[in-house]
Amino acid sequence: MASDIDRSGTPLVEMRDMQKSFGGIRAVDHVNIDLYPGEVVGVLGHNGAGKSVLMKMLSGALPRDAGEIYINGELAEINNPRDARRYNIETIYQYLALADNLDAASNLFLGRELVTPLGLVDDAAMEAETRKIMGRLTPNFRRYNTPVAGLSGGQRQSVAISRAVYFNAKILIMDEPTAALGVEETRMVAELIDELKAQGIGILLIDHDIHQVMNLCDRASVMKNGKLVGTVNVADVTDDDLLGMIILGKKPERLAA
Amino acid sequence: MSESSDSLTEPTRTQKSLLAQLEIDTRLLGMIGAFIVLCLIFNFLTDGRFLTPRNIFNLTIQTVSVAVMATGMVFVIVTRNIDLSVGSLLATCSAMMATVQTLVAPEWLGLELGSPMIAPLAIIVGLATGIIIGSFHGWLVGYLTIPAFIVTLGGLFVWRNVAWHLTGGQTIGPLDLNFQTFGGINGTLGVTGSWIFGVIAVAIALYGLYSGRRAKVRHGFPVKPVWAEVVIAGIVAIAILGFVAILNAYEIPERRLARMFEARGEVMPEGFTTGYGIPYSVLILIVVAVVMTVVAQRMRLGRYIFAFGGNPEAAQLSGIRTRELTVKVFAIVGVLCAISAIVASARQTFHSNDIGTLDELRVIAAAVIGGTALSGGIGTIYGAILGALIMQSLQSGMAMVGVDAPYQNIVVGIVLVLAVYVDILYRRRTGS
Repeated sequence: MASDIDRSGTPLVEMRDMQKSFGGIRAVDHVNIDLYPGEVVGVLGHNGAGKSVLMKMLSGALPRDAGEIYINGELAEINNPRDARRYNIETIYQYLALADNLDAASNLFLGRELVTPLGLVDDAAMEAETRKIMGRLTPNFRRYNTPVAGLSGGQRQSVAISRAVYFNAKILIMDEPTAALGVEETRMVAELIDELKAQGIGILLIDHDIHQVMNLCDRASVMKNGKLVGTVNVADVTDDDLLGMIILGKKPERLAA
Repeated sequence: MSESSDSLTEPTRTQKSLLAQLEIDTRLLGMIGAFIVLCLIFNFLTDGRFLTPRNIFNLTIQTVSVAVMATGMVFVIVTRNIDLSVGSLLATCSAMMATVQTLVAPEWLGLELGSPMIAPLAIIVGLATGIIIGSFHGWLVGYLTIPAFIVTLGGLFVWRNVAWHLTGGQTIGPLDLNFQTFGGINGTLGVTGSWIFGVIAVAIALYGLYSGRRAKVRHGFPVKPVWAEVVIAGIVAIAILGFVAILNAYEIPERRLARMFEARGEVMPEGFTTGYGIPYSVLILIVVAVVMTVVAQRMRLGRYIFAFGGNPEAAQLSGIRTRELTVKVFAIVGVLCAISAIVASARQTFHSNDIGTLDELRVIAAAVIGGTALSGGIGTIYGAILGALIMQSLQSGMAMVGVDAPYQNIVVGIVLVLAVYVDILYRRRTGS
């Protein structure tokens, strides 16, 4: 599905020489990754390859040891999730980072509540906005007043995705967005990714499912043991090439040149 | 948006019961029911002495100190922490305030005995003490990541004995007369004042119901039927005015009244009677309850407290400053301990070494009986206050029946465990 992406301009995101160690282990070791508007870049690798750590440095969830992040060509100072949000970086986490005891609206607006002139949270306004945005993504959703603990995996994921869409994400990090979902819901997420792409949003997609990556991504960056094995155009490689990169940590020879 | 739909796109809904239409929290209803049953049983066992204006008046002023702290304990437990030091913190705040009243104000500052400056000064010092110590606990828990159980267990020992040190182990009293008005019987609104307060409270409650409905209508959300709103408004109004009427019905004894007139240089008219009305300490509890409920339900701080309790990681990833949040929660508890210290020491008219002893356990029990889940994320302010009221009724009821104190404690302990079990069953059945 790799369409032609214009990579002549400034990348939306450029991470240069990113580094992070945990107790002597280099979780992310001199990694460079870039992302252009309207592009989906898959970030692949085994468990422990450093994909999630790399993404968490971009989303501000983890401080980096070294390296620079450029957003639209300008050096960005991202040290916590609030900083990342200022650059319109939104993240959809693998384990569906929602507060189970709160309802959909409270979760969608968590940390960015709508308030009345008196500074009190405006639950009615937030619920109205949530109904609008969720109605677009999942038209059958009705359970606006129950804690999200009672929702299905797909419904919970819609809350997380709605959050990213509502707050005008320019850069979207998706950490195994379909891991907890059924077939129909996975298809829904795939459609959504295409739609967001068309709007010029850049997406970084962490996924284990090679098939899914081949379908959804324009490029794939493969990591192993904290190092970047390489970044390839998905159109130029086969499933086996990608698997080889993940398992052996080597770029296919015909592409290495 | 129609509620009913025959298509397969929506799960079938069961017929709404009367309670569901009223949208009353069944959990709250259960607690109120248990409380009423408890009162009726004691009333029967004491030949009608339990439900007299006098006893209800006493019950409310005895409940205030624990109830005030329990509202703060809700926040602590909701954020998956615990505070074992509230009783000791209360003692330290009380000791500080007593010292201000009997040593600092008269001797260091040269204020005259009975000066109107003494009480405010003492209260400011007490509140400052509470907020500083509470914030310190929060800093240890939030920033140094020492478990709250350990920090406050340490605090339990430290502050109890800091209080002892401040007073040299002595009982300090009598406290300033203005200060004593916050204790209960020595400071009440009077009959007229209480009625005015009651009417204003009803007006505010009705406006709250009305504006809540209006906000829903404005956004096109379903609202409950008008008759349901009217029923609820009626219950609220009757409850508030009934409470005022009961407290007003407790009459000030004749000799005490005569002394009050004498103090003002007047002569009491023949056959004059009047009631106590709402004690200032109960007003304090009401204000605390309203403020804490607004914080919990309508302020960002409360939203973050509950979000953190539901999923600490999600809260942090949402950009919530979680360490700061912990400091704020413990600071709130510190302030509430200071407020309780005002009420408790004013009620006994002196500061004693053992003030607030074992209060930490009563406060935790009140919060837990009130439905606060130790696993975090769940709890209500009104639940904690009702929990404190139930505990206090149980204890004073048994005392009136003539149950010895050790047996009272056995019963209270059993009730605590049982209440939590019932709560677990309730949550399992309602799936919440």
